[in-house]
Amino acid sequence: MSTASQPHGIPDVSIPGEPEGSARVPDADRAGKGVIHVVHLYPREMSIYGDLGNTRTLAARIRRHGYSPVVHQHHPGGEFPETAHLIVGGGGQDSGQVRVEADLEQIGDRLHALADAGTPMLMICGMYQLLGNAFITVDGKRLPGLGILDVTTQGNAKRMIGPVVLTTEFGDVVGYENHSGSTTLGAGQAPFGTVRSGFGNNGTDGTEGARTGNVFGSYLHGPILPANPVFADALIGLAAEHATGRPFEPEPQDDAIADEARTRQVRRLVRR
Amino acid sequence: MLRTTAAVVAGKAARVASRLRGGGSALPGLVAERIDPGFLAHALADVPDGIVVVTGTNGKTTTTKMLVAVLRAHGRTVFSNPTGSNFTRGVISSMLGELPLRGRLDADLAVLELDEAHALKFAAAVRPTHALLLNVARDQLDRFAEIDHTAQLLASLAEQTTTGVVLNLDDSFVSRIRDRVADGVTVRYFGVDKSIADRLPELQEQDVRFEDDFVPPVAGPQDGLLKPSDERTFEVVFGSDTAGSDTSGSDTAGSNTEGNGTVGPLELQQRGLAAMINATAATATARMLLGDAFDPAAAAEALRAVTPPFGRGEVVMVDGQPLELVLVKNPAGFTVALGTYGSTPVATMIAINDNYADGRDVSWLYDVSFESLRARGVTITSGVRGYDMALRLQYDDVAVAAVETDLDAALDSFLAQHPQEPKRIFCTYTAMMALRRTLAARYDLPDIGEEAS
Repeated sequence: MSTASQPHGIPDVSIPGEPEGSARVPDADRAGKGVIHVVHLYPREMSIYGDLGNTRTLAARIRRHGYSPVVHQHHPGGEFPETAHLIVGGGGQDSGQVRVEADLEQIGDRLHALADAGTPMLMICGMYQLLGNAFITVDGKRLPGLGILDVTTQGNAKRMIGPVVLTTEFGDVVGYENHSGSTTLGAGQAPFGTVRSGFGNNGTDGTEGARTGNVFGSYLHGPILPANPVFADALIGLAAEHATGRPFEPEPQDDAIADEARTRQVRRLVRR
Repeated sequence: MLRTTAAVVAGKAARVASRLRGGGSALPGLVAERIDPGFLAHALADVPDGIVVVTGTNGKTTTTKMLVAVLRAHGRTVFSNPTGSNFTRGVISSMLGELPLRGRLDADLAVLELDEAHALKFAAAVRPTHALLLNVARDQLDRFAEIDHTAQLLASLAEQTTTGVVLNLDDSFVSRIRDRVADGVTVRYFGVDKSIADRLPELQEQDVRFEDDFVPPVAGPQDGLLKPSDERTFEVVFGSDTAGSDTSGSDTAGSNTEGNGTVGPLELQQRGLAAMINATAATATARMLLGDAFDPAAAAEALRAVTPPFGRGEVVMVDGQPLELVLVKNPAGFTVALGTYGSTPVATMIAINDNYADGRDVSWLYDVSFESLRARGVTITSGVRGYDMALRLQYDDVAVAAVETDLDAALDSFLAQHPQEPKRIFCTYTAMMALRRTLAARYDLPDIGEEAS
C-alpha cells in the first residue's frame, strides 16, 4: 500500500491484502506481459460496502495473469493519473457523495474521453448513479450526473436491500444490493444483466445495472468481482489490450472456491 | 394492574417454555409486551438511581457487564440484560426472571445494553436518565444503510436522556453529539491518553467529514482516560495528567492524579486494547453515576474479576485445551479481534453466517485485512458463507485447508485436527449461538445469560 500524500494532504487508504508500493510503476524488466494502470475513484468516500475488494481482486488477478498492476487512488481535489487502463468506483453514503461531486465535475471530461476510447470502467452503486444523467432527490431536486450512462435515478424512501442473482453475458452473477435510488434506463440503454433474484435497477422492470461500450454500472456489492471471476477477467482483458496494444494473454486460473461460493448463492436464491 | 400481572405470568410461562427448548430469548418479552404494551415503563417505574442505556456499534455487551460489576461492587443492586439480547423484547425477557408479579422491578439501577435502533424504541417507552455512547462504525449496513444514520440514532438518544451522557472523546461521530444534549444534562467523556493515540485508527471508523470545522473536546478532570503501561496493564486516569506543562519535572503515572481517583493499575481477564477502552468507558460512567461514593479501589477490584461475556473471547475447556470463541460482526470489530490475537497464532476456524442477526451482506469481510493469519493459515471455514470466507482469505494469500459449511461437522473436524493445542473460532452471531449450543451439550459451559458468577 502506498501512502503517497496528495497535494492537498489526503492520504491513500489501505486496501486490505494489497502489497506495499503497488502504486509504483515497476521497472521494465519486472513488468511481465505489460503494466496495467488501475484507478480507484474516491476510495475514502465511496467504498463503504467492501468495494475496495474489487480493486484488490483486479490487482491480484492482473498479477496472476502475468501482468503488472499499478494501483492509483484518486481523491477529491487530487491530480487524475496520467495513465489509466481500468477505472473502478464504489458506493458511499450521501455525505460521501456530496464530497465527491465537485471533483467529479472537474474530471468529467477526462472520464468521458476515456470512456469514448473504450477504457473499461466498473462503477458500483453511488458511482453508478453519478455516471448517469441525473439523480432526482426525494424532494424533487435534480442533481446532474456525468451522463456517460443513459440512466436516471429517482430517490425514494424505500431501500432495496438484499442478495441478488443476475443473468449476464458473463454467466450468472451474484452480489448484494443496498440502495434507495430507483434507476430507469433510457431508450436503447443496455442493462448489465437481468434479475433472477432481487430488485435490480428499480424492482419492476427486471433490469440490473447498465452497459455502454466498456463502461459497466451496477448496484452489486458483495463485492461483485471476487465471486464472479469471469466478469473480473473480462475487465482485465479489455484493460490489458488497452495497456499493451496486443490481445489479452490470460493464464489458466483456479477459481474453484469462487465458483462454489457463487453457485451456492444461485441455488439458495433462485426458485426454479 | 391486572393486565401487568397477566403479562408477567404469561411472560414467565413463555420464558420457562423457551428455556426448556433452548430457544430464543426474545419470545417471552414478545408475549408480555402483547398483553401489556406499557409493560416496560411500568416495570422500571420504581428504579430510583438511574436507567442507564449503553449503546454504540462495538463493545456494548462487554462494557455493560463491566459497568454492572463496578456498580455492584459499590453495593448497588443492578438490573441488567446479560444475554446480549439487546432489543426491547430481549430486555423484557431478561426482566421476567426477576420480576415480582406486580410487575415492578426492585433495583437501585437498571443498566441496559441496547442495539442502536432499539435504544430509540426503548426511549419512546422509558426516558433513560443516563446514556453511554461507545462508538459508531460500519455494522450491518443492510439494516442501518449508513454510518451517518447510526450516528443520528445515537444523537437522538442523547437528546432524550434526562440527566447525564457519557461520550467517546476520540470518535468524532460520537463526541460531536455534545452539541445535541438538552440544557442541564451533564456531559462526560472517556478516551485514550495521548501516549497511545496513534493506535486509535485500528479501532475506529474514519470520519470522512474532515473539512468541517468541528473542534474535538478536551478531557476535563471528570473524564476518564485510558493509560496503558504494557500490553495488559493499564490505569484509568481522570483528566489528562500529562496536560499542560510538566511543572514537577516528574511524570510518573498518577503523580498528580492521586487525589483525582485514578483506577488501577489493573489487568483485565479479556485481552486487547478494545477491552481496555470498554473498561475506561464503564469506569467513567460509574463515576458519574456514583458521584462521591465512587471508590477507585473497588472499581479496580471489580474490573479485574469480570469474565469475558459469552463469545467475546470466552474460553471453553475442550479436552484440557482452551477453545476461544470470538464474535465478529463488522470490520472494526474483526480488525480489533485479529489484532488482539494476532501476536500468538493458534489453530483457527472462521464461521460466517448471513442471517438477519449476522448482517446479510458479507461485503464487509473485504474491509478487513487477514494478513496476520498468513503465518499459521486457517484450518477450516464454515457457516452458510463458508466458501465466501475461504475466497476472501485466498485474496489475502492465507492458506485455507478445508471448507465445510455445516457448523457441527466443521467443529468436529477442527477439534479432531488440533487435539493438543489452544484453538480459536471467529464467528458471526448466529454461527456462535449454534456452535455454543453444540459445545454446551458436550462440555461444561455456562448457559447463555446465566454466567457462572
